[in-house]
Amino acid sequence: MTEPSEKKTVLSVKNLTQRFDDNIVFEDVSFDVYQGEVLVIVGGSGCGKSTLLKIMIGLQKPYAGQVLYQGTDITRASDEALNEYRKNIGVLFQSGALFSSMSIKENIALPLQEYTDLDADTIDRVIRMKLGMVNLAGYENHNPSELSGGMKKRAGIARAMALDPRVLFLDELSAGLDPITAVELDDLIIKTNEALGTTMVIVTHELESIYKIAHRVLMLDKEARGMIAEGRPLELKENATDPRVRSFFLRQLPENQDEQRFYAD
Amino acid sequence: MTTPRNIDGQDGYQVSFQKENESLLISLKGEFGLKNLTAFTREIRQAVSGHAIPTLTIDFSQVKYLDSAAALAFVQMEQEAASRKTNCHLANLSEEARGIFSVIHPDVLTRRPFKPEHTGEGVVQQIGQASLSIGRDFVNFITFIGDLLSALAYTVTHPATLRGKDVLFYVQRAGVDGLPIVILIGALMGLIMAFMSYLQFKQFGANIYVPTLVSFAMIKELGPIMTAILVAGRSGSAFAAEIGTMQVNEEVDALETMGFDPVRFLAVPKVLAAVIVVPILTVYADVSGILGGLIIGVTTLDLTFKTYISQSIKTIQVFDVVTSLIKAAVFAGLISAIGCQRGFQVRAGAQDVGKFTTSAVVAAIFLIVLTDSIFAVMLYYVKRYSVFA
Repeated sequence: MTEPSEKKTVLSVKNLTQRFDDNIVFEDVSFDVYQGEVLVIVGGSGCGKSTLLKIMIGLQKPYAGQVLYQGTDITRASDEALNEYRKNIGVLFQSGALFSSMSIKENIALPLQEYTDLDADTIDRVIRMKLGMVNLAGYENHNPSELSGGMKKRAGIARAMALDPRVLFLDELSAGLDPITAVELDDLIIKTNEALGTTMVIVTHELESIYKIAHRVLMLDKEARGMIAEGRPLELKENATDPRVRSFFLRQLPENQDEQRFYAD
Repeated sequence: MTTPRNIDGQDGYQVSFQKENESLLISLKGEFGLKNLTAFTREIRQAVSGHAIPTLTIDFSQVKYLDSAAALAFVQMEQEAASRKTNCHLANLSEEARGIFSVIHPDVLTRRPFKPEHTGEGVVQQIGQASLSIGRDFVNFITFIGDLLSALAYTVTHPATLRGKDVLFYVQRAGVDGLPIVILIGALMGLIMAFMSYLQFKQFGANIYVPTLVSFAMIKELGPIMTAILVAGRSGSAFAAEIGTMQVNEEVDALETMGFDPVRFLAVPKVLAAVIVVPILTVYADVSGILGGLIIGVTTLDLTFKTYISQSIKTIQVFDVVTSLIKAAVFAGLISAIGCQRGFQVRAGAQDVGKFTTSAVVAAIFLIVLTDSIFAVMLYYVKRYSVFA
């Protein structure tokens, strides 16, 4: 993918710590999200990827630290400021999270009706354009239950993109999808990023996807309780010295672990 | 494009018009997006309408920000101009702007939806659909009762298959946890009834009949009905929501594919638990109702504790207590059965869970009242022609 030429910070995560009672999820995580980039967050189960994402979209308060968007710390922002921030971001949840009682058209229309002064005809045209963008033209009157998993995700992206957000967050992009649908989604992400310049923060496990779509990768680790690597995916694959990073990118178990698994009992 | 929007959304823009011979040049400056789309399109349309302009050029060279909705508006202006035979040209598009325009496919804007939009049905159609759905509902319920009875029969003949822990869990949920509210409502009902009847009876000096009325009404009708309605609201709805959510999560399908009968696995423990606890709750409701009345009796009616209790006991007949408990058990069976059946009817989505949970409570209350009427008539004749007479 073509990387954005200039590095302008959109979101700044500073010394973020999250803990629940004595259970520390991660400590002192800091990084920047640059305009126009596709940043992928990876890590094993329980390393706090989803928690980090929830804090970044304002659904969870951190124990300590800041998430800065245009100078505002959204973790301590007032409800009004947080709502303004949310108009500038889009979120695709793991299951798509389309409202099952509404048609696809009504799902996408909702943010447009709530946050803009557009008339019904213009909203209709915007919806058609968004559906065309995600290759779902003609499906406006379908209900979410009539769509396949991949289509639901694409409709979810169309809804998340309804207000042309500056940052799009995608949780477990290809979870539960067949490889072909996953590849189609990757292509959609690349196309959207390149055409609209939308900054994307993605949580995914799919290595092929990561190599294809990511400009930059952040790796979290449960044991380390924080970030253990940051960089371009191919560089991490080739140059990483940390065995945990190497094993993830080379898709291998840490040394001797496969043997141990075989002869464990 | 590259300039970020301000978080307050107050983006500035400027549109200037320059007419030269037969062409109009519209120069755009600043930020164009969803937030000012209505304003700038109105401004441009006003300037363009009513004039025959052979050539229209829209200059993007000073545009700092453009989003896809704004780009769509310019595509629409281009199409409208073409329909007026005006030669419209979008000039000086930056690379970023070209990217944004590239996501707009004019053919999808006019493509017919694969499925027509859902519109409301006419009155006749609605009446027809409602009648059919009532019919289907009845068949569904009868079929479910059949399934439930055969599952209960299997459980009776194979007691080891009964999930005892589940039964105890629901006994606690529907019974023990519901006890405080049943006692509270029962006591208040008794209290209100005693007070209201006192206001009428005192005119005839018949205060002594207040305990008779309270205990008679509580044991014969109000105790079982009130308890049943409370259980329908607390537990019938919970059963429907629980099974409904399991349906949505494919847990019921998983049970079936593992060879378990979902009715036996999920409904039988709930129904058994309800049939065990509702008669017990009814006894509590009856007693607390009588005690509620006692408070008024002792404080307002000048009756002694002993007189009130002995007057109440004189009224209570074994036949009434037994039939009241049988009634309570039948209500419990109906409430839990309808709750489970509605849960199994959920197909997909949160809305379905809500719909069938509501339906479980409404149908349960309807069945309680209907069954109570049947009991009233039946018990009259049973008492008249039986040894209890």
